[in-house]
Amino acid sequence: MSRARHVGLPRWVFAPALLAAAFVVLPVVAMTTRIDWAALPTLVTSEGARSALLLSLRTSSASTVLCLLLGVPLATVLARSEARWIGLLRALVLLPLVLPPVVGGIALLAAFGRQGLLGGHLETFGLRIAFTSVAVVLAQTFVSLPFLVVSLEGALRTAGERYDVVAASLGARPTTVLRRVTLPLVLPGLASGTVLAFARSLGEFGATITFAGSLEGTTRTLPLLIYNLRVTDADAAVALSLVLVAVAVVVIALVRPRGAL
Amino acid sequence: MSVQARVVVEDRGIDVSFDVADGETVALLGPNGAGKSTTLAVLGGLLRPDAGQVVLDGQELTGPGRWVAPHARRTALLAQDPLLFPHLSALENVAFGPRSTGTGRRTARAAARHWLAEVDAAELAGRRPARLSGGQAQRVAIARALAAEPRLLLLDEPMAALDVAVAPALRTLLRRVLTGRTTVIVTHHVLDALLLADRVVVIEGGRVAEQGPTAEVLSRPRSAFAARFAGLDLVAGTATPDGVRRPDGLLLHGTLGDPAPRPGADAVAVFRPSAVAAHKEPPGGSPRNALPVTVTELEPLGDLVRVRAGELSADVTVASVAELGLAPGVAVTFVVKATEVDVYAR
Repeated sequence: MSRARHVGLPRWVFAPALLAAAFVVLPVVAMTTRIDWAALPTLVTSEGARSALLLSLRTSSASTVLCLLLGVPLATVLARSEARWIGLLRALVLLPLVLPPVVGGIALLAAFGRQGLLGGHLETFGLRIAFTSVAVVLAQTFVSLPFLVVSLEGALRTAGERYDVVAASLGARPTTVLRRVTLPLVLPGLASGTVLAFARSLGEFGATITFAGSLEGTTRTLPLLIYNLRVTDADAAVALSLVLVAVAVVVIALVRPRGAL
Repeated sequence: MSVQARVVVEDRGIDVSFDVADGETVALLGPNGAGKSTTLAVLGGLLRPDAGQVVLDGQELTGPGRWVAPHARRTALLAQDPLLFPHLSALENVAFGPRSTGTGRRTARAAARHWLAEVDAAELAGRRPARLSGGQAQRVAIARALAAEPRLLLLDEPMAALDVAVAPALRTLLRRVLTGRTTVIVTHHVLDALLLADRVVVIEGGRVAEQGPTAEVLSRPRSAFAARFAGLDLVAGTATPDGVRRPDGLLLHGTLGDPAPRPGADAVAVFRPSAVAAHKEPPGGSPRNALPVTVTELEPLGDLVRVRAGELSADVTVASVAELGLAPGVAVTFVVKATEVDVYAR
């Protein structure tokens, strides 16, 4: 098979490039050398591990659904609206992407905590959010939403409006256009955004521990459990880390860029 | 479904108005950037004009304080790119319009089959757009536009992106399906105008330069663009008793049309490039008109060469191009007999 020859890269570039790849891969490989393979099945199926994993999967799924419900309309508005304040809105919405998650957790407490802006009012209706599983979902949604919005907005902009215009000229109402043309055309972008949001939710730590705490069974997700165990039971921490690595590998396989692997 | 349109888009310098009679096909002609596509976008409701009005079948679609959304206008748009929805089969693409306006799945599919057959594309029903050729895709796109049962069909250079080999078949197809349909077509091709349009509207610099029945405009053009479009030479000026005087004073003798333009009135002299000869020096003899020009470009034309000099052109043999050393920048004299020049009022 013939291959197109690109302009040659300078040879020295390969040295730092390989170093960068090694820097990412080496720690993960190093971790697998520390694993007590014989004890692995017991460690990952212990009562605490199973409840943490289930909680992680449940809350991450819930937050992914929430990201979809909120993020798809938001991405559509960001991609299609021509209003002047859209640029400002985009900058604000992407804030969690650059904010340290701990700060996100403190912000969520300020809004939904017992003494928070909305939390106080919710309390009067008997709704308590902070330090519950709902808080875990909110923390995960807060940090994951930008991932979905960014990839979907990019896909929408790339797809452009030409097909939407044709659909409208054929008599399709805006809702029909969105459902039958706009979203189906960006399905790959939507799918990868969803998987990224799920992965980010699964790994969420800082905002969760700040806003939801670490209560076994209700708010102690897998990353929180690993953090707890790393001093008392290092073997278990490493074993559970491997579970998250496995999930990450699956995620990358799902959203890998075209042509990779 | 008659149309009355006036379109004013200030920042593009456009102010045009024209009508389309029920069942009539009108071609919008004009140079690039003249405002043809903008006008089409206003008709389809994709662009809100600064002023003006679009009335379709007595219903105001665009006007002061009035705005009907694109999907509610029933003005299907077909561009040069077929833009078939890539995730739907050809059949589902054609069924899209009926489905969107509330027709049931079964009925919409039946309608889609009917329209695919109408454009000789019945066997393509199951194919995805990625597996269609350019000509096939445009056929399906035509079926899709027709299946939406538009009150007004808007065609924006529908053949421009097609291979020259498939364009004639598609033009014949359009000629068949456009009969009796109220249509506005933007085109750069003289055959589209001749075969598809009942009337043409020539837009130049954002204004209607002339309009009228296709045959009349193309055989007796009054605007520089229409003359060029019809492949004719046109010299504009004021009428004299036996010709036209250009603003720079040059006099062109010709045959006065009927009715003859009044001396001093705006008039045009029109002649065929094949009636023009190129000479190195101005020849003597009174029945001949001599136009000093500078060659701007040469292009092949069958066994001849079309020598362009600004607005004018002459069709000469390859031998005389070589003999006269014609090339862009060379000064020559175009010579045309007075009997070959038609003069009529502008």
